[in-house]
Formats: sequence, C-alpha cells, structure tokens
Amino acid sequence: MSAVTVRLPTVLRQQANGQSAVSVAGSTVGEVVDELVLGYPDLKSNLLDEAGTVRKFINVYLNDEDIRFLDQLETTVVEGDEVAILPAVAGG
Amino acid sequence: MVLLQAVSGLIGNTPMVDVSQLSPNPDVRILAKLESQNPTGSVKDRVALAMLEAAEASGELSPGRVILEPSSGNTGIALAMLCSQRGYELKIVLPESVTVERRQVLEAFGVEIISSSGAEGSNGAVRLAQRLSDENPDWVFLYQYGNQANPRAHYEGTGPEIVADAPEITHFVAGLGTSGTLMGVGAYLKEHNPAVKVFAVEPPSGERVEGLRSLDDGYVPPIFDKWGGIDLLDGKRIVRPAESLLWARRLVREAGVFAGLSAGAAMAGAVKVAERLNRKDGPATIVFIVSDGAWKYLSTGAYDDDLDDVAERLADIIYF
Ligand SMILES: Cc1ncc(COP(=O)(O)O)c(C=O)c1O
Repeated sequence: MSAVTVRLPTVLRQQANGQSAVSVAGSTVGEVVDELVLGYPDLKSNLLDEAGTVRKFINVYLNDEDIRFLDQLETTVVEGDEVAILPAVAGG
Repeated sequence: MVLLQAVSGLIGNTPMVDVSQLSPNPDVRILAKLESQNPTGSVKDRVALAMLEAAEASGELSPGRVILEPSSGNTGIALAMLCSQRGYELKIVLPESVTVERRQVLEAFGVEIISSSGAEGSNGAVRLAQRLSDENPDWVFLYQYGNQANPRAHYEGTGPEIVADAPEITHFVAGLGTSGTLMGVGAYLKEHNPAVKVFAVEPPSGERVEGLRSLDDGYVPPIFDKWGGIDLLDGKRIVRPAESLLWARRLVREAGVFAGLSAGAAMAGAVKVAERLNRKDGPATIVFIVSDGAWKYLSTGAYDDDLDDVAERLADIIYF
C-alpha cells in the first residue's frame, strides 16, 4: 500500500468536504479510487458507473498520464504518486 | 511566387522546421510542423475550408445562409476569413475566458460574437451553440466536434505533408481539442507505418471549470469516438501551464519559432517522449504541431512575465 495524493476538480469538491486534494492509500489506481469513494461516498456515483468502471466523460490521470493508455484501473501506484480526476473538456 | 485568386489558396502545405537543438536526447530529432503559417495563423484554416467545402458540396450551404459555430477562437477566425467572401453571415459562440486577442481578431473580421460563460469553458460554448442551433433550424451548424470534414482535412492534408517531408517519422505529438488533428494525422500515419506512435497533450482545463454541474457535463467530441480515438492514440497526458510556457519560450528564444501555448505543450510532450527513448530503440524522429503562433497570447504576459505568475493566470484562460 502506498500513500498517493488525489487531486479533485472544482466540481467534485463539495462531495469531499471542500478539499482540493485528499491523501489515500492503495497499490493500484483502482484501489485508490475504491478507498476514496469509501471515505467520500457522495463521490461514487459521480466517478463510477454501475459496472464500477470510470465514467466516459471523466479522465483519470496518474502523474498527469491518462490511465486509459496505461493499465487502466490496474495501473500500479507508488508512494508519492499523484492521481488527478478531471471532467473531459474539449477545445477548438 | 504565385498570384492567388483568393487568400484560401494559402491554406496548407505548411513547412516543417528542425528544432533538435532543444532535444534532450542526441539520438532523437524533433521537427516542428508550422501550422502557424496558415493565412489566419492557425491549423484551423484547413478545417474551416474543408467544412465549408463539404457543406457547399452537399447543398446544405449556399450564399445568404447564416453559419453558427462554437469556438475557443481559432476555428472562428478561420471561418471568418472564408465566410465573408463566400456570402455567409457568421456567428461564433466564444467563451468569455479566451484571450482578448482572439476576440479582437474575430472583431476585425466583422464576425458576430455570442459570448458564453467563461466558468463553463469550451463545453459551455458547445452546449450554448447546440441550443441556439435547435432554436434556429435555418442556421447552418458546422459543428467541428462532430464534422467528418475536420479529421478528413488532416487525413488528406496535414498527414500526407508530414510523410512527404519526414518519411522516417517515428512519433507524432499534438494538442487535443476537437481531436481533429490527432485523429486525421494519426490515422494517416498509422496507415503509412503502423509502428508510428501517436501522443496527445491537453491542458488541465477540467480542473477549474466551475460552471459544470457534475461530471456528466464532461464532453468527448463525437469525431474522437468515430475515428477510434482510444485505440488510435498511444498515450495522452496533461501538460500544465508552467511547462507549456517554458517550452513555448524556449521555442521562441532558442529556435526562433514564434510558438503559441498549445505548441509549447506539444513540444513539452515531445521532450517527454524523447527522454524516455533509449539507445536500443534506435534513432527516432518526433514531429509535433505548432497549432498557432504567439501573437494571440502576448496580452497574458506569457513570454516575459514571471513564469509562475503567468502560469497561475493561464489556469483560467482557454488556449487550446
Ligand atoms: C491553439 C490550438 N491548439 C490546439 C488545438 C486542438 O486542435 P484539434 O481541435 O484539432 O484537436 C486547437 C483547437 O482549436 C487550437 O486552437
């Protein structure tokens, strides 16, 4: 188990007592997300769909890399890593 | 030189410049594709022309019609250059959180600007444009996020130009906005050589977007899914404002490339790729896109103010 920092976007902060970053333990991104929603149950429906996977319009990053292109929720985390959760935003 | 019948003849066939002096790895060349050389100074000239030509060919568009489009600036500016000569009236839904220059250029072209909430960012502009389009069915909604002509302009133009100038390309890096550049160029490059790796960079826009009611207001452009975005890309990363600024400044001062901020982000992405390549990977050639020049960001102090101060300011400005 490693302690990682989870950064939350403005839209999700109300569901995490107004915090912009939370420290959570886990050995994969999935474990970190599970632990996060255990501590802040209001976050759960925002982050995960019924099947327990990350919702389509949300991006989860490990050290700023989108986990969809790593090992998704199985991606290993180490002490001090940073997980960021952001709504997908388009440009143009 | 040639005598052109219209400015649109200047679109495309952009040059590539070797900026390997900035490469962190001596085995890796880095080439900048200067989309800033298009007539209105951005990659979006290609897309605007392709979308108009497609709508004209299908009969959807004819002189006298009103065109509506959401844009963080560049697509709107590109359409503005083309629309007046073709007899179309243009309305651009523009988020309030863009630089003053983007607004000024649109004004210079005489476009009607419909402002959308800065707090809702680009997603808010798309949503407002969709509503206005529903309310005004006689307006032509080009919708770059779902318009096949957008990625096709890159599949037929930008991609083949890159291969013609750098057939040895091993990696491609570009900013992700509508995904048109990455989908079109990416698809073409992988057909040319399936071993080419394609990487997206994006700003952390979703962090501060306050006007979103929930994460369901997140938005993935339809062309991204249609062109197999998840499978086409080999990686996607956030480049934060401080790093985008740093590399935009280095491109300007050390390579003479007058690069905008998404170009700085793409260069930062190229540098990360170069750092991770080993000797055993063999020589590599990374091509990245300079989507626009520095002109439209000067008012932010991007190129000379204290870097941390500007980085903080840019957290609330749309530059993709
Ligand atoms: C400056 C800049 N960089 C990058 C992009 C992203 O390009 P695309 O929409 O092809 O993904 C845009 C889109 O407007 C842009 O204006």
